[in-house]
Amino acid sequence: MQNNLSDKPQAGRFGEYGGQYVPETLMHEIEKLTEAYNHYKNDPLFKDELTDLLHKYANRPSLLYHAQRMSEDLGGAQIYFKREDLNHTGSHKINNVLGQILLAKKMHKTRVIAETGAGQHGVATATVAALMGLECEIFMGQVDTERQALNVYRMRLLGAKVHSVTTGTGTLKDAVNAAMQEWASRTEDTHYVIGSVMGPHPFPTMVRDFQACISAEIKKQIITETGHLPDAVVACVGGGSNAIGAFYHFIEDKHVRLIGCEAAGKGIDTTQHAATLERGTTSIFHGMKSIFLQNDDGQINQVYSISAGLDYPGIGPEHAALAAANRAEYVGITDDEAVAAFEYIAREEGIIAAIESCHAVAYVKKLAPQMRTDQIIVCNLSGRGDKDVAAIARYQGEEIND
Amino acid sequence: MTNISDAFKNKKAFIGFTVACDPDFEKSVDYVKTLAAAGTDLVEIGVPFSDPIADGPVIQEAGLRAFKSGVSTKRVFEMVAKIREESSVPLVLLVYLNNVFKYGYAKFFATCQDLKIGGVIIPDLPVEERAEVAVFAKNSGCSLIPLVAPTSGTRIKKIVTDADGFVYAVSSLGVTGARNKIATNLQKMITDIKQFTDTPVAVGFGIHSPEQAAQISQVADGVIVGSAIVKIIAQEGRHADKKLTDYVHAMKTALT
Repeated sequence: MQNNLSDKPQAGRFGEYGGQYVPETLMHEIEKLTEAYNHYKNDPLFKDELTDLLHKYANRPSLLYHAQRMSEDLGGAQIYFKREDLNHTGSHKINNVLGQILLAKKMHKTRVIAETGAGQHGVATATVAALMGLECEIFMGQVDTERQALNVYRMRLLGAKVHSVTTGTGTLKDAVNAAMQEWASRTEDTHYVIGSVMGPHPFPTMVRDFQACISAEIKKQIITETGHLPDAVVACVGGGSNAIGAFYHFIEDKHVRLIGCEAAGKGIDTTQHAATLERGTTSIFHGMKSIFLQNDDGQINQVYSISAGLDYPGIGPEHAALAAANRAEYVGITDDEAVAAFEYIAREEGIIAAIESCHAVAYVKKLAPQMRTDQIIVCNLSGRGDKDVAAIARYQGEEIND
Repeated sequence: MTNISDAFKNKKAFIGFTVACDPDFEKSVDYVKTLAAAGTDLVEIGVPFSDPIADGPVIQEAGLRAFKSGVSTKRVFEMVAKIREESSVPLVLLVYLNNVFKYGYAKFFATCQDLKIGGVIIPDLPVEERAEVAVFAKNSGCSLIPLVAPTSGTRIKKIVTDADGFVYAVSSLGVTGARNKIATNLQKMITDIKQFTDTPVAVGFGIHSPEQAAQISQVADGVIVGSAIVKIIAQEGRHADKKLTDYVHAMKTALT
């Protein structure tokens, strides 16, 4: 369907996806945010300030590590891990949070709110709010507060107030609903730090820009180390922020395969999964037109994953567009495969990686043996797995007191 | 064409909201008829959505009751067909965009036209995204009721310039639900709106008492009450007819 708007593509659209589908109550603030972002993204002082924080506070650039034992064991491609797990706060989330909270400060906000699934984005937001002296409230699904109890306490320790959201399934989707409602009631002094490449424009673009440092660094590091570009870049996808960060600067390099790993939960032929691009359809929700898991009536499905960070029924609009254009591939990884990868990378490489990231590691285990030894896979290790140790022990039938 | 204008003819309109299939299909058909018979000038029927981000707890819970009774967009239209056997009360639907999108814009609005549904309120469709829906609404003579928020400011012009049906002025920030105090300067907001349109302006969000209704009708063409009505149904279940009638009478009295 074509409407009679102007010829130029609308801002915030990725093909047919994206847009700004939010209540009018929020639109004035979203206009202000768009304007502020468009200004500051080109402001040399803002850029210097952000780079300085990324380097001196968040520990960027993150390492690119050649996983030789794993490469040898799998007997195919050379595997490199982009170590976002070594960032301050333990995941890639800090990249976006530093950018958004610095922007919020420029907009004279005194309070930030955020949703969180696994708690990594909540911890990053609470951390930077503490650093910059802002009030901070985090919305987290009640189920997630239980499976990520350590992160809840971490956020409180950092001075944030954590709201346990009991509506719906008590997971990430419901945390987003609650945070959006809170924002709609109080925009004057409050910025909503959306944690992924989702929501209304400008968020998908802005969050992608703040995460794109991941692929900018990978490109430089891999060329320095090996002299050429990788053959494949692999990352896990929930909303899709670490994946878009790892993909972005390779989109133009058509021969680099971009592979997003979705949560297939107990299998995509069951109802217990969050495999959006494999099983979803076009939908309008959480401020954007994108792909969601929904029923025939347009009600959003209740989804499932062992990983709180991937337990989301949708995906950012740029991923939907990359999938539609066949520029990126999206594959499902089950709970069992992710847990096996969690244990595998710990034993092979001495790295305890987040269960989210282990969805990508699981796919690398399948992909590497099919490739030649002179080929390269870069896998984004989006976060560290300390938060998951107790839950994985339980999954394997061991009770430990964390 | 729309009969929404009948609701505002020579009077201050009382607009009542109820959630489709709350507490069940048959009773919610009855309740729309009860509201109309008691003098409600326009009834707004809510189509439940799994994730109603503009709604407060009272309406969210009504949605959950409706899902238990098997509500779907198709069921809502069947409900309206049933209502239309006996009543010509002006009706609008309150529906989140994804339900309309998934049903198919063309089919959705054609059905609205068949059932004489005068307008549709879509809380998550700001003016920026109206174009993809507007053409279908226009072709079926269905008003796309615009919402103006206390924060709309300079946006008001583009929101209301082409409005028809009525303009929904949102009294307060945040979600639906009763409030004891409305802080927004409604008089200024409505004066701003009326600079750009002759379409009637009704105020909603937070209104529950006859006193509030009387006060707001000094400056607005109508008042919209949602959560207060839904609360009566939540408390009385299948036996809410009398309380609904009494409530509408009290509100109507306050508006005259």
